[in-house]
Amino acid sequence: MIQVLKSIGRSFSSMKWPLTAVVAGSLLASPATAQETIKIGALYPLSGAVAKSGEDTLNAIKLAVEIINGQHPELNIPFAKTTGLPRLKNAKIELITADHQANPEIGAAEAERMISQRKVVALIGTFLSSVASTVSTVAERNEIPFMTGDSEATPLTERGYKWLFRTTPTSRDQARDFFVFLRDLNSKTDQKVKTIAVVHENTLWGQEFGKSMAGHFKDFPEFTLAVNIGYQQGTTDVTSEVQRLISAKPDVVVHASYDAEAILFAKTYKQFNFTPKGVLAIGAAFSSSAFRNALKSDANYFLVREHWALDLADRNPLIGEVGQLYQKRYNKAMDGAPARAFQAMMVLADAINRAGSTKPEAIQKALKETDMAPSSLIMPWEGVKFDAKGQNTKTRGIFVQTINEAPATVWPFDMARTKIVWPKPAQ
Amino acid sequence: MTAELLLQLLVSGLGMGFIFALIAIGLALIYGVMNVVNFAHGEFLMISMYASVFAFTLGGLDPVVTLPFVAVAMFGFGVAVYYLLMKRVLGGAMHSQIFATFGLMVFLQAAAQFTFGADYYSINHSWLGGTVRIGGVTLPMPQIVAAVGAILCTACLYLLVFRTRVGRSLRAVSQDRVAALTMGIDADRMNALAWGLAAACIGVAGSLLSNFYYVFPRVGAVFVLVAYVTVALGGFGSIGGALAAGVAIGVLQVFSGFFMTSTLKFVPVFALYLLIVLFRPTGLLGKQ
Repeated sequence: MIQVLKSIGRSFSSMKWPLTAVVAGSLLASPATAQETIKIGALYPLSGAVAKSGEDTLNAIKLAVEIINGQHPELNIPFAKTTGLPRLKNAKIELITADHQANPEIGAAEAERMISQRKVVALIGTFLSSVASTVSTVAERNEIPFMTGDSEATPLTERGYKWLFRTTPTSRDQARDFFVFLRDLNSKTDQKVKTIAVVHENTLWGQEFGKSMAGHFKDFPEFTLAVNIGYQQGTTDVTSEVQRLISAKPDVVVHASYDAEAILFAKTYKQFNFTPKGVLAIGAAFSSSAFRNALKSDANYFLVREHWALDLADRNPLIGEVGQLYQKRYNKAMDGAPARAFQAMMVLADAINRAGSTKPEAIQKALKETDMAPSSLIMPWEGVKFDAKGQNTKTRGIFVQTINEAPATVWPFDMARTKIVWPKPAQ
Repeated sequence: MTAELLLQLLVSGLGMGFIFALIAIGLALIYGVMNVVNFAHGEFLMISMYASVFAFTLGGLDPVVTLPFVAVAMFGFGVAVYYLLMKRVLGGAMHSQIFATFGLMVFLQAAAQFTFGADYYSINHSWLGGTVRIGGVTLPMPQIVAAVGAILCTACLYLLVFRTRVGRSLRAVSQDRVAALTMGIDADRMNALAWGLAAACIGVAGSLLSNFYYVFPRVGAVFVLVAYVTVALGGFGSIGGALAAGVAIGVLQVFSGFFMTSTLKFVPVFALYLLIVLFRPTGLLGKQ
């Protein structure tokens, strides 16, 4: 009964959200010109349990579109100084947004609707890998390019899809970074790490991360797996999970959690005085603005394998420019996930511009030929270049630690702006 | 496996269980008096949590201080919902009542997201932030207070329903509305009272929960499914049943989460529920 009513509710709210999305999309588009716009569909969770992340990430894409469409002579970001896309007679991008409510079926239906009714030429999204999985299938069937800058589960690009392109590294590559980081850290500290506990949520993203972590232990024999705990996303409490961690006594805990449970875990760790040497997490929570705003000083000293941090601005001025714009527009600090989404939108726009056409095949061809230099990116990567699977091969990871309630880059040690606080002080 | 660990699990489970119970009691009360399932129950919880959190962040008032005010305000809110919405659909078909509370749920969730955004808010460093250690067992203060609060709240409600004249009227309406009307009982007022009391209970639960839980527009949905199972397990309309079932669920899910995989920790809870309704379709303490 409840399920039936829930699904009725979903169809009600999915009717309501696209409406607002269309309004928002048309506001972003230029009203005066009769020129054709380039329609791009963006799918994010704007209601439901991960709405906060969806909102922040979509905002970054909106900012990218705004920079592309408007004229910003003061910025050094590609497409800032011109209006629209130069090779398409300065055509502007019209962003059509939809709320997939963190639900893979709704995501697929919305993607279908955008392609058949709104005639989008490309899709971008979706934050949750589970939704990216269904949306990419719809895109593949309809032969429309789908770009993701924030869905990390490894299998997405292992299925031989021709229309899926991913700028962000896979969860497998990111999992490896934890071991590289810990090995590097062990060489520099007395407080050495031997045992690792893995805690992950149980949608596609978390499960894949858990598997990837388990798979890397053989290459890093100095570490042993203390315990691997998968938990239900949207759980009421994590007492039993934390009790299992306390019993396993790991040196560090490595998390794959979204904001809500990250907050809950952090609070429960504190409640039960669980103090491992470090709590590490794959980006998405534990250093996000949502996490920091909710926990204030209790958000300090968590370590996150990030892609991006504001304090890298003096290495790359584009980071500062975009970070400031985001802060000004949305009144909050930009996180790694929004920064990656911003980058993905820029890569997509670059490909459409080079294609000089809005034909999906032309965009796909241009995406395959993408080879962007580090100087044109806001990410601290070595570039953007896709392999045959559509996976960007030039990514690079950093670790940030929240210190004085702001994330600071602490690894790689040669890039670090701030010295790592290790072990994590009890609070 | 030590006795200490088992005790810790039991105590942690009890802590969560009393909160599940407190959330479920309001649901049981409304069902008991009116035979209506309030689908917006979780959203009542969300509103009271927002109230506690904003009183803390904006006014610096600890949830312990604001608890009575939140409870009273929620009582008013419950009564208002009854008179403005429920009273109008009461004469209609069963499904129009269901859709009314369901619509209210969608409305309140969307209104919260519109007003406060999708941000997470939480109370850090409240008066009840600490922990108490007895032997090797760690007791988080917020959960102790929540447990005590839940027991007190249930006791008061029990006394009100079973030991007072008003309570007798409430029960009369729940047993036979028409007969109660002929006895001169104002059924409307009793219904409004049930909604007010249910909302006040959830106000107390929300205040206690805000000490250690985050709030966002969908926080109600996280708890309400457990509340439905609690009410169904305890017996629809039974306050004592909701208390017993809530505690049982809290303990069971902590133990199964520890000894089985965490993702399946609610499986034994639902299995227990199925088992009980097979042999007692009205739930543990439900009316036959």
